[in-house]
This record gives sequence, C-alpha cells and structure tokens, in this order.
Amino acid sequence: MSEPLTIALIGNPNTGKSTLFNALSGSRALTGNYPGVTVEKKIGRTQFEGRQVDVVDLPGTYSLAPRSIDEMVAVNVLLGRQADVKRPDVVVCIVDASNIERNLYLVSQVLDLRLPVVVVLNMCDVAAERGIQIYESMLSCRLGLPVVRTEAHRQRGIEDVRKAVLSAAAGSAGATAKPPEPGSSGLKIFPEAFRQECQALSAKLTEFGRPETPEYLLERMLLDVGGWLETHAETPRQAELTDWLHQARARLAEQGCPVPAVEARSRYAWVRKVLDGVLVKPTTRPVTFSDKLDRVLTHHIAGLAVFVVLMLIVFQAIYRGAEPVKDLFTAAQQWVAGLVGGLLPPGPLNSLLVDGVVGGVGSVLVFLPQIVVLFLFIALLEDCGYMARAAFLMDRLMTRVGLSGKSFVPLMSSFACAVPGIMATRVIENRRDRFTTILVAPLMSCSARQPVYWLMIAAFFPATYYAGGWVGLRELTMFGMTSLGALVAIPVAWLLKQTFFRGETPPFVMELPGYKWPSPRLVLNRVYDRARAFVVRAGTLIFATNILVWGAGYFPGDHSQADALQVVVDQAQEELAAEKEARLNLETRQHELATQLKSATTEQQTLGLKTESTDVAGRLTELDQKLEALSGETALKVADLNRQRSELLENSLLGRLGHAIEPVVSPLGWDWRIGVGVLASFPAREVIIGTLGTIYSMGGDEDGLPTALQEARRPDGRPVYSIPVALSIMVFFALCAQCSSTLMVIHRETNDWRWALFTFAYMTILAYLGAFLTYQGTRSWL
Amino acid sequence: MAASHPETLDQLTFGQTARVVAVDGVDAISARLMEMGLFEGEVVESLGAAPLGDPIEFLVCGYRLSLRKNEARRVRIASHE
Repeated sequence: MSEPLTIALIGNPNTGKSTLFNALSGSRALTGNYPGVTVEKKIGRTQFEGRQVDVVDLPGTYSLAPRSIDEMVAVNVLLGRQADVKRPDVVVCIVDASNIERNLYLVSQVLDLRLPVVVVLNMCDVAAERGIQIYESMLSCRLGLPVVRTEAHRQRGIEDVRKAVLSAAAGSAGATAKPPEPGSSGLKIFPEAFRQECQALSAKLTEFGRPETPEYLLERMLLDVGGWLETHAETPRQAELTDWLHQARARLAEQGCPVPAVEARSRYAWVRKVLDGVLVKPTTRPVTFSDKLDRVLTHHIAGLAVFVVLMLIVFQAIYRGAEPVKDLFTAAQQWVAGLVGGLLPPGPLNSLLVDGVVGGVGSVLVFLPQIVVLFLFIALLEDCGYMARAAFLMDRLMTRVGLSGKSFVPLMSSFACAVPGIMATRVIENRRDRFTTILVAPLMSCSARQPVYWLMIAAFFPATYYAGGWVGLRELTMFGMTSLGALVAIPVAWLLKQTFFRGETPPFVMELPGYKWPSPRLVLNRVYDRARAFVVRAGTLIFATNILVWGAGYFPGDHSQADALQVVVDQAQEELAAEKEARLNLETRQHELATQLKSATTEQQTLGLKTESTDVAGRLTELDQKLEALSGETALKVADLNRQRSELLENSLLGRLGHAIEPVVSPLGWDWRIGVGVLASFPAREVIIGTLGTIYSMGGDEDGLPTALQEARRPDGRPVYSIPVALSIMVFFALCAQCSSTLMVIHRETNDWRWALFTFAYMTILAYLGAFLTYQGTRSWL
Repeated sequence: MAASHPETLDQLTFGQTARVVAVDGVDAISARLMEMGLFEGEVVESLGAAPLGDPIEFLVCGYRLSLRKNEARRVRIASHE
C-alpha cells in the first residue's frame, strides 16, 4: 500500500472550486478552523484508485499575496509551513476557462512555489457561449503541466482529474508535472534586477537570524508593501529590515522595476506568452443572457426593486417560514418533557431532565430552522451569482457606517436572528469588516426581543391611536424599540472602525461573476455544513449554559414540599377535568331530551322524557356546585404551589444574586425581581417572561402576566412598574447581549473567546446606560 | 473638462473604453487593482454605476469588475484608439 497523498485545491473565487472539492472528496469533509485564525480548514479524506488522499480546500483567492494572517494560511499550507497540515504532494489549480487570463495569474504564483501542479480547466461551456476557444493540449505544452478539462457541476472529467493527480504525484507524467528546476527562480518571470534583490534579501535575512527563507516568501516580502511578511518577518531587527526593503524598492524603481507594478507586468506578460495562439476569442464580446439579466438586476430602479423584493422574501422566510418548524420543535419538546415527567416522580432529577436537558436541547434546536432557511437562500443567491450584485447595490449605503456592501445581508438577517446572521459574515473577506459586522450584528432587533416588548407594551401602554387611527401608541413604541439597536449600531460600528479595526478602507475590488443555475448538491451541502457546525460546535456550549442557569435557579432549596404539592395539584386538575367532562355529557343529554320532547307524540312518552329532564337538571345543579367547590380548591392549591415555587426561586442562587444586584439595578427603576429575570434570561432574552411568571406566582399563566405586573407593589406600597420602568426594561433588552447562543457563535466565528466576552461587556454597558438614561430621563414627566 | 478628456477611470463615461496608463500607489489596494488585470496597456470599458452612483462596474479582461470611485481614481487612463 502506497503512502497517503495530500493534495491542495486552489483557485479564484467563482470558478466552481467548491463543486470540484465535493466531487473529488465525496461529501464527507472534516471542517474546522486553522489554529489562531478564522480561516476555515476543510479537508476531505477519500481514495483515488485505492490510495488514500486528503484533499485540502484552500479559500478562493485571486492572488497569493498575504496581507493578513488569514491570507498567510494558504501560503503556509502550500509551503508545508502550517503545522497541522502535511505539505501537499500535488496542487490542483482550478481555472475558469471563460476568464483564463486573470486565472492564470494565480497559476503563475502557485508555480513559483515549486510543487507539482495539475491545471483543471472548468466552465468551458460558459467560455464556448462567449465564443472563447482554448487549445488545451497546446496550453499543457506551454505550461509544461497536465491540463484537464472538466464540467464540475455535471460531474464530468472528475475521473481524469484523479488520474492526473496520481500520475503527477508519481512524477511519471513524462515531461509534464515536473516542478521548475530547483535553484532557478520559479518560472523566471521576473526581470534580472528583481531576482538579484531577492538574493540580496536572502543574505540579509540570514544575517538577521532567519536563514533559508523560501524564495517565494522573499519575493512577497519585496513585492507586498506593508504586507504580512514585511511586518511579521520574525526577526528581532524588524526596523532595520523595513529600512532595507524601502531602499531595495527604491533601487528597483530606478532600474525600471517599480514595486508592486513589476509583478502584474511580469506575470501578465508570462500569461500573454502562454496564451498566444492557445486562446482564440472574438474581437467583440458577444452579449450573453447573463449580460442582459445583469442590465435589469443592476438597474437604478428595476435592480433596486428586485433587490428589495428578494430581501423581503428572505427576511419573511427566516422570520415566518421558520415558525411552523419551530412550533413543531416546541411541541416535540413538550411531548418529550411530558414523557420524561410521566416516568419520573417530581424531584431534582425530573426537573434537571425536563427543564435542564430537554429545555437545553430545545434551545439549541430552536435555531436550526432559521439557520437552514437563511443558508438555503444565501447558498442559492451566492451560487447563482446574485450575492455580488446585492453587495454592489448596497455598498454606497454601507460605506456611510464604515462597512461594505457585503455586510448588508448578514446584518439584515440579524433582524430575524443574530445567530445565522453572524454565521453569514463568512462572505466578507476583509477581517476588520467581518469582525465589525459580527460585533454589531447582535444589536439588530431579533425575534427573541419581540415577546419582551409585547409583554411590556400590553401591560403599560394603552391602545391609543393618533392621526385618525393611523398611528398607534403601541405600534409606535414597538417600532421605536425595533429601530433602536440598528440606530445604536451606527456609532458603535464607526467607533470599532476607529479603534480595534483601524486601518485603511479595504478595497471593494469585486468580480461580478456571470449568472448561472445554482447547483442543488452544492447548495444542500453548504446548508448541511452550516447546520452541523452550529449544532456540534456552538450547540454543546449553549446546552451547558442552559444547564448551569437551570442549576442556579433550582439550588439550593428544598423542593420536596412543592413537589408533593405538585402531585396533589396534578391529581386535582385531573379530577376537575373528569368532572367537567361529566358535566358536558349531562348537558348534551339535556339538549337531546329537549329535542325529543318537541317531537314526542304520545302522552306516556312526554311524561317519561319530562321525568328524566328534571332528573338531569337536578344532577347538573349538583355537579355545578361540586365543580365550583373543586375549582376553588384547586385554584387555592395552584396559588399555593406558585407561591412556593416563587419562594424557592427567590431563595435559590439566582434569587440571591438578584437581591445582591438590587443596588446596581435600582437606578434603572428595577427591583430585585426584574434583576432575577434579567439574570435568568442570559441563555435567551425571552426567558425573562417565564421567570417573571414564576416570580409573580403566575406559574405558566402568561396571559395573566400583564395584570400581575400592573398590580405588583413594592414593600412601601408603590407600584413596581410604571411606563418609565417598562421603557427602561425594553431599552435594556434592545441593547443587551442576553443570548448565550449569539456569544457562542461569536466565539466560534472569530475563533477567540475574547471577542465574545468583549461583545457581552460592551452591549451590557450600553444596555445599562441606555436603561439608566431612559428611566432617569422619563420618570419626572411620564 | 473631465468628461471630454477623462484622466482617471472614475471619470470615464459609461459605455466608453479607455487604455490604462498606470495605477497610482503601492499599497494593497493598488496591488489588488493590478492583480485583477488593471495594468498598463489594458483596455477597460465603463459599464455603469450602482443606484447610489457608487461603485462603478467595468469590463476588464473579459469579465465584470466592480470598483468604488475612490479606487477607480487611482487608475490613470488615456483615450483608446
């Protein structure tokens, strides 16, 4: 059995790279992050003719010129300098045939890395449609590399790629597949003056304690002004090196090789030479269907209209479309809870399983429908080529807050739920833009805030209408609360860009790819990937948080009395239900008798019916009295139970914490009960409703909660709640980070705990300040 | 004046073509512009702007490229005969 093989897959964005990756590796790929960076590591393990092959998918890129640590990963993987990945034996370069000139630029850089390369010519059908013809055997000769033609989306040519990879690895492909001679400067495409400076730099680095720097990295250090390699040269004499590089670039400019222009000039000259006679294209570019479609979709009016409609559909689908599935999950959760509850007597284990475990699983699964729906749309829009247009249309608007058009869809999605919204920021290549978007996304008013707003509005805001019934006070308050987060996000994004993510504005140099039909396989694959990543890597932590908060609300405390009472209450409620049914049956009988009496013909019949009627009426009166007594009794028991549960919560760790933080929250107009509600809602904002229900001894009766809030009194008899208090609570919830799932996803997407902690800290401070200003500002006149 | 003799790519009238003379600047943005095929001698066509006037869409090397105005301003052009 021969050695396992590692191959790396690289190419420009929009070349069908992901489709080829899926086709080569099957659908089973291990995904994770490269240590310390946010770049996703995707490795597919498969077999080519019985030989084990690891396919490493590198992020789509136009150029191997690392400007950030994230971009450095691809270069490090290819050079075998990435600790957790074996140096690739073969690099598969996927090339868009309809755009071969620009694609070969990247190929020329990969060739400088001196690895065996297989060129995959994809999208030949699109090229043919544009009248472009490529003589691939001639191209193969010129490049000295195997060239394989594929139609990855139709699964055509995949077997040829496998064969080419195997023979390239074996080095048996004759004259092809051989890396350029060692010792030469890769393709030798740079002018002599540049190559000499490279050698001088190599000597200089050896002197600085960094010998044997690969040639490609030397070139990059000279070419990328202010790039990653220049600024992170891993030498103690960094300043000296920077000086030397400045001088070297000045020398190069004098000799007619200005940096960085010399690279584009030399590489494109090489591309022209390779393609001369290989590529035949029409003098005038034919107008394709894609071009005609683009005229509409980027049009000032039509384009914007289509965009608005599309975004409305996406938003509604996340917001509403996920609802039935969510209800289904909730129903299933209740069913399982009932099943578990029925098997175990009330007690700590029962509570842990029902409230902790089942509730915890539920709070992870509840996000799945939203994630699936959003990523279904994103994958569809991305794969068909529309996503770039959406960014193009929205860019001007988003630059006003210091972001780019690519931030629009993630932020808009966050209005439904920040969890999929944050996961959608992967389309933003620039790290600073991406992180800023991630950090402000939780400020968008998500669907979990709505129930909190509704509770406060229903309890304290009258249904007053202004302007002839067109504007309602409740609706206006709701609108204000929904907009608040987005308005606050503007200065926050600006501030983040001025501090943590300071730097030059990232370029918006973006390709607008041709439109095509999305590939169902790729779309489903991506949706599955995202959903799985969420459940596996964020889900476990969300679950753990739920268990922790459950424990804090349950312990310490002796629940035995309440649990015993629960059994009594359950029995009483069952009895009550049985009696109610009996009453219903009697009532039906009474109606039947009345109808029969009307149609009775003989006197004997009438008499019999009348006797029974009297009897039934008597029994009904009797039952009514019994029912009244029973329901009164049950209500007392329920009230007692609710009071006990409320006391247990008050004396639990959570309740004690609530009391402890009362001095902190009283400037917001809150008492300790609201404090407990806020603490308990750390896993998810809407949890505060259930907690307040327990505290106000309402049990699960959420319809009665507004009244309970209105009637709540402080020890001195003043009402706890007022409009300023309700406003203060709503503003707090609009701005706070009471959503552990969001924080877990931030941790996952930034690959750093500190950003999750930072988000929690800044949002909590903002929420506190906002609630403080609201309460203090409104309490004197409201 | 700008309309009759556009000097940089952002001034190019929609539907017109021009030849790239040079890309100003040495930073990442200029390097990216060159990588994407905007270097001396290349012919570029301006296709139109987004609804709010920015960014602008161009045809470069046979594909569509979107650039913000302040990025296009770095590309010096001459009339294409």
